[in-house]
Amino acid sequence: MDTLDLARWQFAITTVYHFFFVPVTISLVAITAGLQTAWYRTGKDKYLRLTKFYGKLFLINIAMGVVTGLVQEFQFGMNWSDYSRFVGDVFGAPLALEGLLAFFVESTFIGLWIFGWDRLPKKVHLACIWMVVLGTQLSAYFILAANSWMQNPVGFRYNAERGRAELTDIWAVLTNKVVLVTFPHTIFAAFMVGGAFVAGVAIWHLVRRPGVDTGAFRTALRLGAVIVVVAGAGVALSGDQQGKVMTEVQPMKMAAAEALYESEKPASFSVFTIGTLDGSREIFSVKVPYLLSFLATGHFDSEVQGINNLQQAYEKLYGPGSYNPNVPLTYWTFRLMIGVGMAAVGLAVLLLWLTRRGREPHRLLIWLALPLPLLPLVANVFGWVFTETGRQPWLVFGLLPTSAGVSPGTTSGEVLTSLLGFTLLYGVLAVVEVKLMFKSIRAGLPGAAGTPGDPTRPDSGDDGSAEAEADAKPLSFAY
Amino acid sequence: MELTTVWFVLIAFLWIGYFVLEGFDFGVGILLRVLGRDEPERRALVTTIGPVWDGNEVWLIVAAGATFAAFPEWYATLFSGFYLPLFAILVALIVRGVALEYRGKRDDLPWRSRMDTMIAVGSLLPALLWGITFANLLRGVPLDASYEYVGSLGDLLSPFALLGGLTFTAVFVAHGAIFLALRTTDELRDRANRMAGLSGLVAAILAGGFLAWAQQIRGDRWSLLIAGLAVLSLLGGLVANRFRREGWAFAGTALAIALAVTSLFVAMFPAVMPSTLDPESTLTTVAAASTPYTLKILTVIAAIFTPLVMLYQGWTYWVFRKRVMVEPPVAVPSGAGS
Ligand code: HDD
Ligand code: HEM
Ligand code: HEM
Repeated sequence: MDTLDLARWQFAITTVYHFFFVPVTISLVAITAGLQTAWYRTGKDKYLRLTKFYGKLFLINIAMGVVTGLVQEFQFGMNWSDYSRFVGDVFGAPLALEGLLAFFVESTFIGLWIFGWDRLPKKVHLACIWMVVLGTQLSAYFILAANSWMQNPVGFRYNAERGRAELTDIWAVLTNKVVLVTFPHTIFAAFMVGGAFVAGVAIWHLVRRPGVDTGAFRTALRLGAVIVVVAGAGVALSGDQQGKVMTEVQPMKMAAAEALYESEKPASFSVFTIGTLDGSREIFSVKVPYLLSFLATGHFDSEVQGINNLQQAYEKLYGPGSYNPNVPLTYWTFRLMIGVGMAAVGLAVLLLWLTRRGREPHRLLIWLALPLPLLPLVANVFGWVFTETGRQPWLVFGLLPTSAGVSPGTTSGEVLTSLLGFTLLYGVLAVVEVKLMFKSIRAGLPGAAGTPGDPTRPDSGDDGSAEAEADAKPLSFAY
Repeated sequence: MELTTVWFVLIAFLWIGYFVLEGFDFGVGILLRVLGRDEPERRALVTTIGPVWDGNEVWLIVAAGATFAAFPEWYATLFSGFYLPLFAILVALIVRGVALEYRGKRDDLPWRSRMDTMIAVGSLLPALLWGITFANLLRGVPLDASYEYVGSLGDLLSPFALLGGLTFTAVFVAHGAIFLALRTTDELRDRANRMAGLSGLVAAILAGGFLAWAQQIRGDRWSLLIAGLAVLSLLGGLVANRFRREGWAFAGTALAIALAVTSLFVAMFPAVMPSTLDPESTLTTVAAASTPYTLKILTVIAAIFTPLVMLYQGWTYWVFRKRVMVEPPVAVPSGAGS
């Protein structure tokens, strides 16, 4: 494999890995903040204990999100230096904004939240975790604005002399119509993961530890399931919007997503297609008439352009070459994203129904505990692979081919070293984090009010009896 | 001032912030197993940096992000040219970050001890490698006409670069020791104080040598003056440490780091990546910069948010200003609530 292929593999592996943790962070921090707010307002012990329990799981997760994010940022310069030269003027601004506005807020207020339980007034402490929520949202927005610019470059001019894109309108970049639909979609998708995670963990406890903290975990189960259903609706609605924007700005991606080879009017949605591997012809398919026209444009009878027609048009525009993404990959990841994600919504609805009006969850539901969170997580990965590979062969759509972005001076040996290094390290860390996660889940809710570990007990201060003090510090597990 | 110059200054400022702040938490990490003799002591040491190390690391993320935004060519050349050292830094920072966050999440001693080793190695390696990187930045590296790095890994490991690595490490150790003397009590505090004296001496000698050599490679009156002041404030910090004036001692090492990094940037200006091949292929601020429009936007953003960040990060240090005590091991109730 040459430098380009290796760099692509590295990007795909490290980004997908980063994105295992990102949706959990985005949603779990908000859910934790919600639980803490419920405690603050009602004073109910159950909410406090749930806050600490899910808060700890959130912290285990975000540690990985943070360290893998660092790789993402460095990677642009290391493996994609020509890309960085090309887009820096435009792309750097949202990235710098993300650091200055979002990451500083997140990291600082997380520290305050973990260590501040007995140092800060309750209200200020609660505000700290809401600041973290704000930070994650901002961070997602800015990085998605950067990514959306690659899908649909706006607010720039091409400087032929310097061979780079130059920013002319930052506002256009931040309100790119792609980011306006991508942001809600990604956030809703993240909440599906977090809701399912909260519910999955609760199922495990309710089934495996019947009688222990049943009330609290029942609340968690139903809360999580409701979040999945609501976020699922949000994902579907925003995804529908995204499809329309995509048809407009990247018709080739839509055509590939549908394996639609020749333009159709009206176009039908295929549930299942087998095409030739080079992606130029379809062999067999099952179709729903008119549906694709509607998905792509909002009208049942309008034309949707096909791959072959677009290929001809692009050749005229950009010169000879192939402008098709990998059709089977694009086609299947699109369907799997929807199918796998919506399966999670189905399960959540089922759970809500099975536990309605105080019904105890059946023993067999334990089989849902693991798949429930994994389904939306996997759907997220399919969604990204779809989005990113569907953009190929472009790195920046219509401007910079992927092959032109890779670092010219970097050797394949170097990239191979870092590819193997990160992959191995990530593999080991995955094992460590999953084990820790399971251990913490199994440990259950922390002590109830009045017992050691109860944060409402007055601060014994730095010079208090050490034993009681260490135990009384909530989240004292932190360090 | 030209906007390109403003941004050169701002990026220098971000690196200074990074080295002053993460400098002490690297030092604490390196000293973790040296000063902390048992688990409760080590736990106290880690707690001194617990609430702040992640915020400190974000200075690096923002320094890199700002370089990407304001000087894309610099970012591209630097990061692709220094590929392997940066890869090693990343691996070390990952291992360190995970270990810092996970050490307390299990109660068994072997686990914590393993995490402590990871913290120590994960702090030592970046300290060394940042020194090597910055020494090379100053010395210059082989760049071709399109500002691509054309050297090999060996080119990055010259004696001057290695001295840079050792200097950074020693200075961070001293800085961290003084921070610990400031933030702990009793025996740990005494031990940290002694360590600060010892490592501070080594650091002062190395820093004097490194900065002098750096001056010889490139520099002017200003960078010389600033480098001199850096060594002086390091010595001042050591004197304060001798008299157990820990606040002043910490101010001394912090200022020394800030001045030393400043002198390197001043010596480099207006180059951002000097080329050792052809002076024509030296990358300068102007050649590396983004457009005036982008720089203007970035300036507005930075003007608003940098002070804000410093304000709330400063507040964090204020909230956690109390000294950390060593807590005897806690008998852990089996089952819930680890
Ligand atoms: C739980 C995860 C999940 C679920 C159930 C869905 N999606 Fe999705 N989708 C994502 C998670 C995701 C994602 C990973 O978050 C992506 C990748 C980039 C992005 O914006 O969101 C994505 C991208 C993405 C794109 C590509 C946008 C582009 O490349 O410009 C489209 C058109 C859709 N989605 C449409 C849908 C539709 C119509 C859904 C039907 C219900 C749907 N998604 C469910
Ligand atoms: C976290 C969510 C993301 C995921 C999971 C993701 C996934 C991927 C995948 C799977 C590829 C490989 C595609 C291929 O080689 O065919 C890729 C490529 C790439 N993506 Fe993304 N991406 C994400 C976000 C972003 C963002 C936010 C950016 C820009 C800021 C970005 C920029 C790139 C670049 C530069 C490449 C390399 C070129 C390429 O091989 O396509 N990605 N990404
Ligand atoms: C390829 C492009 C990406 C880059 C360069 C990148 C960069 C980073 C960095 C440097 C961090 C660590 C920040 C810290 O230390 O606090 C981080 C964390 C984070 N990133 Fe990414 N990221 C990318 C993709 C994404 C995407 C697509 C999203 C969301 C849609 C996202 C959301 C987050 C969030 C919410 C965090 C903080 C929480 C966590 O660490 O899990 N990132 N990212």
